[in-house]
Amino acid sequence: MRRFLRRPGGLAGAALLAALVLAAASAGWAAAALGQDPFTPDLLGRYGPADAAHPLGTDELGRDVLLRLLYGARVSLAVGLAAALTAAVIGTVIGLLAAWAGGAIDAVLMRVADGLLALPALPLLVVLAAVDPAHIGLPTGGGADIVRIVVIVAIFGWVGVARFARAAALSVLRRDFVRAAAALGVPGGAILRRHVAPNVMGPVTVATTLAVGNTILVESTLSFLGLGIQPPTPSWGGMLANAQEMVFAAPLLALWPGLCILLAVVACNLVGDALDQAFNPRA
Amino acid sequence: MILGRLLQIAITLVILSACAYGVIGLMPGDPIDVAIAADPRLSSEDAARLRALHGLDRPLAARYAAWAGGVLHGEFGYSRLYAQPVATVLWPALLSTLRLLGLTLLVAAATGIGLGLIAAVRRGTATDAAINGLAFAAMAIPAFWLGILLIILFAVRLGWLPAGGADTPAALILPVATLAIANLAAYARHTRSAMTEALGELYIRTARAKGCSGARIVFRHALPNAAVPVITLMALDAGALVSGALVTETVFARPGMGKLIYDAVIGSDYNLALLALLLAALVTMLATLAADLAQMAIDPRAARRARA
Repeated sequence: MRRFLRRPGGLAGAALLAALVLAAASAGWAAAALGQDPFTPDLLGRYGPADAAHPLGTDELGRDVLLRLLYGARVSLAVGLAAALTAAVIGTVIGLLAAWAGGAIDAVLMRVADGLLALPALPLLVVLAAVDPAHIGLPTGGGADIVRIVVIVAIFGWVGVARFARAAALSVLRRDFVRAAAALGVPGGAILRRHVAPNVMGPVTVATTLAVGNTILVESTLSFLGLGIQPPTPSWGGMLANAQEMVFAAPLLALWPGLCILLAVVACNLVGDALDQAFNPRA
Repeated sequence: MILGRLLQIAITLVILSACAYGVIGLMPGDPIDVAIAADPRLSSEDAARLRALHGLDRPLAARYAAWAGGVLHGEFGYSRLYAQPVATVLWPALLSTLRLLGLTLLVAAATGIGLGLIAAVRRGTATDAAINGLAFAAMAIPAFWLGILLIILFAVRLGWLPAGGADTPAALILPVATLAIANLAAYARHTRSAMTEALGELYIRTARAKGCSGARIVFRHALPNAAVPVITLMALDAGALVSGALVTETVFARPGMGKLIYDAVIGSDYNLALLALLLAALVTMLATLAADLAQMAIDPRAARRARA
């Protein structure tokens, strides 16, 4: 922890991330303070300039841009965190299983991982995201949308974590103290819990933090393509999709959501890199 | 080794095609639904008859087997969206995407390696920090946003370049720039770390002691050894590049593979979507294989590792 705090990059990233989380949390309060509703179109107030009531102006339907950015932050951060954590849990389990079981199970799991890594992710994500949840009897709309994106992103996201977890677990399993524990008759579950898990935590934490940034990028890309979070729920990617059609009329609309995505991803990557260096001081 | 890899590619394609075939059946609107929507006079009996005629009432596995058998015999079927044989639609799109990706790879690798070299030679200076910061930002920037920003600046404000469209050389500049910037960061970072390591080796000190010039040391002694990780990166990055092509082509309305997959998925043109997806996967995996082979040609140690 102390080593992490000594990295200026990590500290800046953590501060930036905290600021974004605070901003997302304050969305409802900001809406009340400004007396604006970011969900109701105001067709008389389209493309409004920045003023006291609308600090960043209004969008193509007359909705407040700042408030939509704040509500979009909730979606992007929640999806990023949830998908990265889901992927991390799946990846850790698979990585540990592969390292522990070895042999055919390891070979099959790693071939699957190689296969997924070799494929172009986005075209596959586009195909998966186009699946109509109603066809498999699942609910659609607001919250279900977020769950859908989390699941889709996690299907591809576990591979990176699994490889880190497997490599870390393999290196621990070969160490003398683990062999000694096994020779002393310590049961497998206890070895995994007491010796392997603590040593795997570091790489998994780093991979997960970096995955959060990547997930935010993927979600915003899917939403930009119209396959992610569906309107009227505001998302940064979705706001950019609308803004692209308006680049001639209102180029500023395209500026803010992209800047938010960039800041969020930079913050996650800064924290991830600093964690990496804190866990591996020599690297 | 090559045979094994080709076999692996074939297996991946078979599994992918089966999964994708199943998934695509879950998308909204099967072809008969679409036909009914287009012609209100069709009754539900007509729909059932059409389903039976086209074999859509058979189980999924049987339909997949029939489809896969056709593809293996070179029958790729028709694209509903373009009302043309799929092969006729895919071929020009593939060429367009390969042109975009080839140029992007050249620009991204050349710029990234150049920046990485400068950063490694000037390690610890403000130049190094600036390049590192640029690479960090380039890695985090959403490619579609970068594309929109470039359109706003160069097409809307300055009016120097077209905002998108087909294959004139001028229309290629902004897409290539977008995709190259989004991909060059990894090259810069990898080159920097590989060069830093190479410059610390004993043979570099020997060369310096012999009185070699600085430029000769960097380009003759260190750079060839730093090339290997960079080529590894090219192999790893093929998928990211194809993914980037989908975004870039959509933003700039370029008629390539990525936009084709996207349009086919959105427009419920499932046969086209499926075959375009498989072709994109095949191209990606072949590119990865090519980069791996190039790496082995340069570094015999990698070849030995692959055989082991």
